[in-house]
Amino acid sequence: MPPISSILSFIFGRLTLNELPLDEPIVVWTFVVVAAGGIVVVGALTWFKLWGYLWKEWFTTVDHKRIGIMYMILGLVMLLRGFSDAILMRLQQAMAFGGSEGYLPAHHYDQVFTAHGVIMIFFVAMPFVTGLMNFVVPLQIGARDVSFPFLNNFSFWMTVGGAVIVMMSLFVGEFARTGWLAYPPLSDKVYSPDPGVDYYIWALQVAGVGTTLSGINLIATIIKMRAPGMALMKMPVFTWTALCTNILIVAAFPVLTAVLTLLMLDRYVGTNFFTNGLGGNPMMYINLIWIWGHPEVYILILPAFGIYSEVVPTFTGKRLFGYTSMVYATLVITILSYLVWLHHFFTMGSGASVNSFFGITTMIISIPTGAKIFNWLFTMFRGRIRFELPMMWTVAFMITFIIGGMTGVLLAVPPADFVLHNSLFLVAHFHNVIIGGVLFGMFAGINYWFPKAFGFRLDPFWGKISFWFWVVGFYLAFMPLYVLGLMGVTRRLRVFDDPSLQIWFVIAGVGAALIAVGILATLVQFAVSILNREKLRDTTGDPWNGRTLEWSTSSPPPEYNFAFTPIVHERDAWWDMKARGHTRPLTGFRPIHMPSNTGSGIILAGCATAFGVAMIWYMWWLAVLSFAALLVVAIAHTFNYKRDFDIPAEEVAHTEDARTAALATGG
Amino acid sequence: MTTDPTAHGPVSPAQPGHDPEGELHVTLRGYLTGFVLAVILTAIPFYLVMSGVIPDKLITALIIMAFAGAQIVVHMVYFLHMTPKAEGGWMIMALIFTLIVLVIALVGSLWVMYHLNNNMMPMSVEQMRQMP
Amino acid sequence: MAKRTSTRRTPPAAAATAAPTPAGPVFYELDEHPHPEGSSTMLGFWMYLMSDCLIFAMLFATFGVLGGNYAAGPGPKDLFELPVVAVNTAALLFSSITYGFAVLAMQRKLVARTQLWLLVTAFFGLCFLAIELNEFAHMIAEGAGPQRSAFLSSFFTLVGTHGLHVTFGLIWMVTLMVQVARFGLTSANQRRLMCLSMFWHFLDVIWIGVFTFVYLMGMLR
Repeated sequence: MPPISSILSFIFGRLTLNELPLDEPIVVWTFVVVAAGGIVVVGALTWFKLWGYLWKEWFTTVDHKRIGIMYMILGLVMLLRGFSDAILMRLQQAMAFGGSEGYLPAHHYDQVFTAHGVIMIFFVAMPFVTGLMNFVVPLQIGARDVSFPFLNNFSFWMTVGGAVIVMMSLFVGEFARTGWLAYPPLSDKVYSPDPGVDYYIWALQVAGVGTTLSGINLIATIIKMRAPGMALMKMPVFTWTALCTNILIVAAFPVLTAVLTLLMLDRYVGTNFFTNGLGGNPMMYINLIWIWGHPEVYILILPAFGIYSEVVPTFTGKRLFGYTSMVYATLVITILSYLVWLHHFFTMGSGASVNSFFGITTMIISIPTGAKIFNWLFTMFRGRIRFELPMMWTVAFMITFIIGGMTGVLLAVPPADFVLHNSLFLVAHFHNVIIGGVLFGMFAGINYWFPKAFGFRLDPFWGKISFWFWVVGFYLAFMPLYVLGLMGVTRRLRVFDDPSLQIWFVIAGVGAALIAVGILATLVQFAVSILNREKLRDTTGDPWNGRTLEWSTSSPPPEYNFAFTPIVHERDAWWDMKARGHTRPLTGFRPIHMPSNTGSGIILAGCATAFGVAMIWYMWWLAVLSFAALLVVAIAHTFNYKRDFDIPAEEVAHTEDARTAALATGG
Repeated sequence: MTTDPTAHGPVSPAQPGHDPEGELHVTLRGYLTGFVLAVILTAIPFYLVMSGVIPDKLITALIIMAFAGAQIVVHMVYFLHMTPKAEGGWMIMALIFTLIVLVIALVGSLWVMYHLNNNMMPMSVEQMRQMP
Repeated sequence: MAKRTSTRRTPPAAAATAAPTPAGPVFYELDEHPHPEGSSTMLGFWMYLMSDCLIFAMLFATFGVLGGNYAAGPGPKDLFELPVVAVNTAALLFSSITYGFAVLAMQRKLVARTQLWLLVTAFFGLCFLAIELNEFAHMIAEGAGPQRSAFLSSFFTLVGTHGLHVTFGLIWMVTLMVQVARFGLTSANQRRLMCLSMFWHFLDVIWIGVFTFVYLMGMLR
């Protein structure tokens, strides 16, 4: 009979009670709060007997609209976690002067900035972008769902699985302390022997599978499922940017998968890809990860550009200026995004010829973006602008993103970058473009499409409060960082010697506090909107006098989106339909063929997540079991050939009659 | 097994009123041609390397790379039925885009890493002093 | 803000066809044919293959950069046996043509013949794997495992990833054979067989790269 300790280490791998952070009060209290909140939520769901509803209507759904909404919820929840990390850092950096060590020990601080980056990019920005594309694109192209509805569900749950793994690292073991890209040699087994980097690797591998499959799904959808008459050059610009984004996803995420696999092999098998000895080359990791990393930021920004291209014409009442050049600019950006990656490591030493090539390409890629900005401005020129929230966010984007873009072009000059690389100037630049570009775009998109998704608008008052706190807070939080960076302050520092710097960090801290209020205001906005939903109700389906096909449906759209597939004649198809007097059919409804819900997606993602956790903690029996389960469930799923059903014509008629009635009263 | 030139692939089952896109035309002759070509294009490079019949290694390397490229095309055409018309042209466009990214990433990595290795090679202080 | 609700007469029920109403262009497909089931499958699977191609491209790039780093250990000339690689290559090439025969049989709806050629394909695939695993075991036993040097790490990863793909392809093949036996050559199963066909031939394409750049070029270095 083997000793208890070896039985335990077989079952639990390297997971021991020591891995619970019982000695870190911040984490313990966070756990208490989260656990309490979790118990409340789970308890409420059980009390109100909602589990059946949740399982049948949401967890197993293959409806792109619901999956899109779930992505947005995931992004919002993870935004709170990622932002908490930001507050922790701002507070620490504002305090740690004049001999004070601040309150966050280095061991903890390093995890905070790593988690902040990983969460914000992979579990906030990506879900927001994917969620909006998922919700909007099928509606915009006149389709009933995406090409592969089951894969869509599976992709979502894989993203959740990755998020679960990251969140688990907060309470069990530790997270990586390497920064969000986990450069070796710091991230290899010698310098990071603890599970932190393994949490990082498996969270991203699980989520990465979801993202790649989602990319394949949306490309196929846009190519194959467009309504008759919608030629490529008649697609809405958001659909164009979605197409290019998903092309980038399918072409870039495999690189991340490969690199993380190599890092994983170094850590688990003892290979020598990125080690210091036996022929390894850590610089190769940096080269490969940025071949992924640069297209990744375009994956984030292109959908935001698409949102602006929808918002500006709608709230200006004019069609988009320069549609063709917008499309070409997007395509050029897509290709060029593969030619600039070295600008992330000018200082690594590739020399003048290589650096100048990539410096020039980086400057060139700013040109199509500039073309887009001019197109939006020319659209607004002589228009009748309505400053609803989406338009406010768009104007804030234009000003903010231009500043960030200009600092990017400055950084593109290798000699300048030699001074500014890894300084707070860089940190300010990328927050400038990501917050000003991506996040503002997400807020614009959320306010724009919320009524479509839920049938009532978001409360404008609280939305404006959120807006102003976000915008003022952003500038206060990040403009000082430009100053600090130019003065030579390095990123990711925890303690400072020079007291003259403190004032800038304090201002930045105030900015972060304002953003916190902005986030709170957003949460209040949701709550107030739900409470006042009747006052904010949209009965027409077209609250903004929109131009594209999603506005031709009811709010929210029926399960099948369109009772009859629209036929498209012009760009801005819905505007064309309104202008030329379309007649919404009231009879002649047919049964509609729809995909069925399935539990395979969430089960498979659960197995994948279990596999990740097992690999992190060296629970080999669980790794084998969960991997086998993955295979078995996947194969079993393929034996189910009956994956769809028909919505009877009477049900369609019933839904459409209800809409007819609503339209009649709404007028 | 007889050659049936009218055998159509079932890829996009024809439905009334629908044109199957990128109709697949799979024939025995096609597969056999591809197979024979592939065998030839494999055998020659193996022979060249194993026998060492061309003394110049660089020339040999270039020849076998060319053969590899040719055989990949043979596979694409005869086995994967790649044509510009498949799926409305999207398959070949996807392939071309993938090849572009592939070439950029491969050539770029080799170029960048070559320069990095040369510039970042460990050196002693005396060697550094002799750098221009 | 004008909200356009129609005040026109709806066309009579008999006109529930695609004929234009007297009032103007047709905006709704009243006589709709839904997309045929699985119409996106081939394109979607091709996109997946393109993403897989890029994973292999990165492994090739890694091999290209690190493949000369023997760390004073064994190099290609010490380890590779080209005759064995030639047999392997032949096995995979044969498996490609036998899969082609399976597809031809599938087109003619001949279940038994399809299954036979799938079995032969699987046999060749297994031969390929067996030879490769034997090669790996041999190298590891000689101390030339993936931990020995960056060259060996990239060799084992590139070739091993290809082998893993072949393994999954074989699992898929067996699954499909069971499904064809149970349900016949339905259009869904035919679609799946065509996807596996693409996958299988794609693996042979990758192998062309492997035997050229890893084995043959390795012996030329």
